[in-house]
Formats: sequence, structure tokens, C-alpha cells
Amino acid sequence: MPRLWRLEGTIDTDVLAPGYYMKSPLSELATHCLEAVRSDFSQSVDQGDVILANANMGVGSSREQAAEVLKYLGIAAVIAPSFAGIFYRNAINLGLPVFTIDEALMDIPSLVDGAKIRFNFDAAELQILDDSTSISLIPFPDFLKELILDGGLVPHLEKRFQTEGSPN
Amino acid sequence: MGSTLAEKIIAKASGRESVSPGEFVTCAVDLAMMHDSGGPRRVEPILKRLDAKVWDPDKVVLITDHFVPPVDAMSAAILDLTRKWADANGITNFHDMQGICHVVLPERGHLSPGMFVVGGDSHSPTGGAFGAYMFGIGATEMAGVLATGSIWIQTPETILMSWKNQLPEYVTAKDMMLAMCGKIGMGGGRYQAIQYAGETIRNLPMQERMTLSNMAAELGAQVGLIAPDDITVKYVEAAGGKVPETWRDFQIEAAENPNNNLYFNAEKLSPQIAAPHSPANADDASEFCNIGFDVAYIGACTGAKYIDLVAAAEVLRGRRIANGITLKVAPASLRDQNRAKDDGIMQVLQDAGAEFLSNSCGICAGYGEDRLGENQVCISSTARNFKGRMGAQTSAVYLASPYTVAASAVTGTLTDPRLLLGE
Repeated sequence: MPRLWRLEGTIDTDVLAPGYYMKSPLSELATHCLEAVRSDFSQSVDQGDVILANANMGVGSSREQAAEVLKYLGIAAVIAPSFAGIFYRNAINLGLPVFTIDEALMDIPSLVDGAKIRFNFDAAELQILDDSTSISLIPFPDFLKELILDGGLVPHLEKRFQTEGSPN
Repeated sequence: MGSTLAEKIIAKASGRESVSPGEFVTCAVDLAMMHDSGGPRRVEPILKRLDAKVWDPDKVVLITDHFVPPVDAMSAAILDLTRKWADANGITNFHDMQGICHVVLPERGHLSPGMFVVGGDSHSPTGGAFGAYMFGIGATEMAGVLATGSIWIQTPETILMSWKNQLPEYVTAKDMMLAMCGKIGMGGGRYQAIQYAGETIRNLPMQERMTLSNMAAELGAQVGLIAPDDITVKYVEAAGGKVPETWRDFQIEAAENPNNNLYFNAEKLSPQIAAPHSPANADDASEFCNIGFDVAYIGACTGAKYIDLVAAAEVLRGRRIANGITLKVAPASLRDQNRAKDDGIMQVLQDAGAEFLSNSCGICAGYGEDRLGENQVCISSTARNFKGRMGAQTSAVYLASPYTVAASAVTGTLTDPRLLLGE
């Protein structure tokens, strides 16, 4: 059963993908993801889990490994009241759903760390199973939704080049 | 109302008469800058998968600075791959171990007013100092740009940071920046276009303007623009760049929405220090007196340009760093280092007890072996003091101007440089 990871404080790219391990393969970098703030994360995270973070999620560097490790570890979506611009673009380009949530909804009592959840990308909805709360997230513009559904920018371009022909 | 500088450049790049905030457009990219970390090693597999070539090799600038100097087999292999890729793809604008990308890019004349530029690094807004719309993107998006020569953006609102009056002596662009971080916070830029304007900005030399634009990243903005003027034109021409005849079209110092204007008075500004672990924890340096530390660092694209080395030397001339303190200096580019050497600046720093590191991202990026140890405290002229960025998770970093870093190195505690240099 997928769970919610509610992260405290501001989550920056150095915490998501620490500089010292940036030369390492993604599999090793992933074992250090969030270790500075949640040492249990990379061991316990499971396929389909969802992260709920505070405002300005992913602030810092342009390294897309910060989003890539989350996808690698099976995260189905990252939800936050706001995202740092480059992290937001990177996540979409890698096909990792990043949803903005109304700041006021962050106070809903059942949105706790470890809550059992169901996440619906198409409906932009997070369901908390413990008390059946349903939370509407802010949907994407259509062209970005398509980009994510294609699996990110690379498969999206592959599809485009197949129809239009490669630019080179 | 007329267009903002950001809208003017985006309209030009997207081939439209005008654009409005919120509008999604596809822009033609005038220049794409990459470094060794987010560059070839990450984009090459994607280009292969897409069976695509670089759309225009002359519009690509490649710079090695992150895994410099290579410290082990993995970093050496990354540099090797980078060089081979440049060669195989006909990238002639390849600056190998010449310094940090954001400083090398303009010093080699690659930037000019009105350009639409992407950079594979978060401090890419530095290019905004030249009146270029330059922003940071990740590697996958860079591969998309290399394959297509274009990128989508949502036209931003412009947030005007309006500065009046002159900066007092020993107060710098870095202090202005930390004060702005303290005021609006790291997310305050809302991924919009920040534009720095007003007489304080007009009187700043290019390398100080670069510090402002550089740290637009820390304000959470997409870009940090400064309207071009004669100072910009002089710099670009001296660097061998080509200034378009239309450059005055981009001399726009206005925001669409006056509610987005923030006003600052340079005259009242004191040297600033930002406490761990956020640039937004800024306050007057005098509020931090008697705090001890282990390492003073003058480094990075933010804080080790020629002008920053000159500032540090002004403090350190005829002085020695305190016992027990290490002062490390990593000049931001080889060219700036050579200029500082010719001017006797490097000698002053050395006589004061500084150790020199290579012209690369160094401790600021925390990629190499030179890092902060457990529980070490550092005062640094860099841009970011996130937890663990410069080394051990238990280390802590204070951010300040080169004047403040140098003065603190002399006294051994965090120090307002005016206490040493006289008011």
C-alpha cells in the first residue's frame, strides 16, 4: 500500500542529490537521497509512494538527478504548495508528476507522514485512505500533461520525430 | 503599457510582436551553455536515443568547471568524455579548465544584450547582467534544446528590484543580494523575471552586476535581468563580443505591474551575513560578532571574480589571517587570476596566508575532495549555504561579501569589514 512521505523544512537539491555522490551512478546516488533530513527514506521508500513537501520544493541547483532519484526510487508524485522553477521543469521532463497544492490544504489533519494513500494522476487527486479524505491538486495545462503521459521529454520528442521526422 | 525587458526578449525569440505574462511560447535559442557535470555525459545518451545531432554547433558553448581538477578515476573519465564529445560534435567554443562557466562565458564574449540563452546550471541567470534572457535548465531539457534549437517557456511577470542612492564604502552587490534574500526569501522570486534597476545598479561595474544576476537563482527567479547600458556595451566589446545595433531597444527599466516593485536604499545598507543554512537568513554583519569559524572561503562564480579578489586584497594588504583560521581562495577564472597576478593582488593574498585552489567550482559545489569536515564552520563569498552542500552534514556556512570574508579571516571571528578598514 503506497504511503505519504511528508517532508519537513525546505527540501533543496543538495539534500535530494548530494554533490559528493554526483559522479556516482544513479543507483548509488539514490541511496543518499534525503539522507540529511530523512535517513530512513531511501531504504523504506516504495513504488507508488507520494512526497508532500513544503513550499519552494527542489530549490537550488539545476541537477536533474534531484528529480531523477525520486523517480528511480518509485515516487509516483511530488506535491508541494510551490516548486523551484528548474526542479519543476526537470521533473516534468523526466515524467515525474509534480503537483501544486493550495497552501491552505497543507493543514488537513490526515495529511501526516506515513498516511496510506491512493494517487490519481489523471484526476489530479490525492486520497487519504485512513479517513477517506480526497484532496484536489492543481491540474497541468494540457500540453504538459501530454508530456508527462508520454513519459517525459525524451519519449515525447521520440514520438514527435517519428511523426514529423528527425530535425537532422 | 509597454513591454518589459523580459517580454521584449521573449517576443523576439518567439517571433511575435509582443507577449503577455502567463502566455506559453516556444522560443528559438540563441546560445546553449553546458558544463562537464550536466553536459555531454548526460545529454549524449539522449541525443543517441533520439538519433539527433546538435542543431547548431556554433551556438553551443561547453566549459569544464565542476569535476576540475579531477580527483579520481570517475571524475577524470567525465572530463575525458566531455573533451571527446566536443571534438566529435564540432564544438569549437570549448573552454577547458579555464574557470567557472558563468564567468568564462561573458569574458570570452559569448553574451550580448537581447540574446535568449539557456545554461545547464542553476546560476545561469548570471547572463542577465548583460541584458540577455538567460536561465538554467536540466540535462534532459538541454538535450531537447540541442536536438531542436528551441524551448517552451511561460512568459513571466517582472518583479522590479529598484535601488536608489550610492552604496557606502565596503558595501557591495553581494550585500545588496543578501539583503534582498532576507527580505523576500528564497522562493520570493516565484520563478518570475527579476529585474534590478535604479541608479545604484547603473553605477555598478559589470562584475558586480553579475553577482546580482547570479543570485537571482537564490531568489527563486527564472532570470535576473539588468538593462544594458554603456558599461555593458564596453565590457562586451572588450571581451570580443558583438553588440547588436539594436541594443538600445533592450534598454528598458520598467515593470508591467507596479505592485511587483520593491524599493531599496543603498545608502542605508550595511555589510550583510547570511547564517546557516539559507541565504535568506541574512542580517547586518554586526549582529554576528564574536562567532568563531574554521575556514574562510573566497570562491565561486558569485564571489571570486577579479573584482572580488581586489576587494579581499584591500582588506588583507599588510595583514595576516588569524591563528587557527584557514583562508582558501579559488579565483573564478584563469583570466581573472592572471589579471590579479599582474596587479599584485595574488601576492597580497598569499602574503596574508591564503591557500589557492584551482579555477573551478571547488568547495562551493562540494564535488571534489576539498570539502568542509565534520562540525567545521565556514564563512564564504559563495551563493549557497544549504546543509551539507560544501561538505559534511554537520558543517555550517555563513555567506558574506569578499570584504567581510577577508576581514573575518583577519580577526578570527565574523566581522563587519568597516571595523578594520575604518568608517
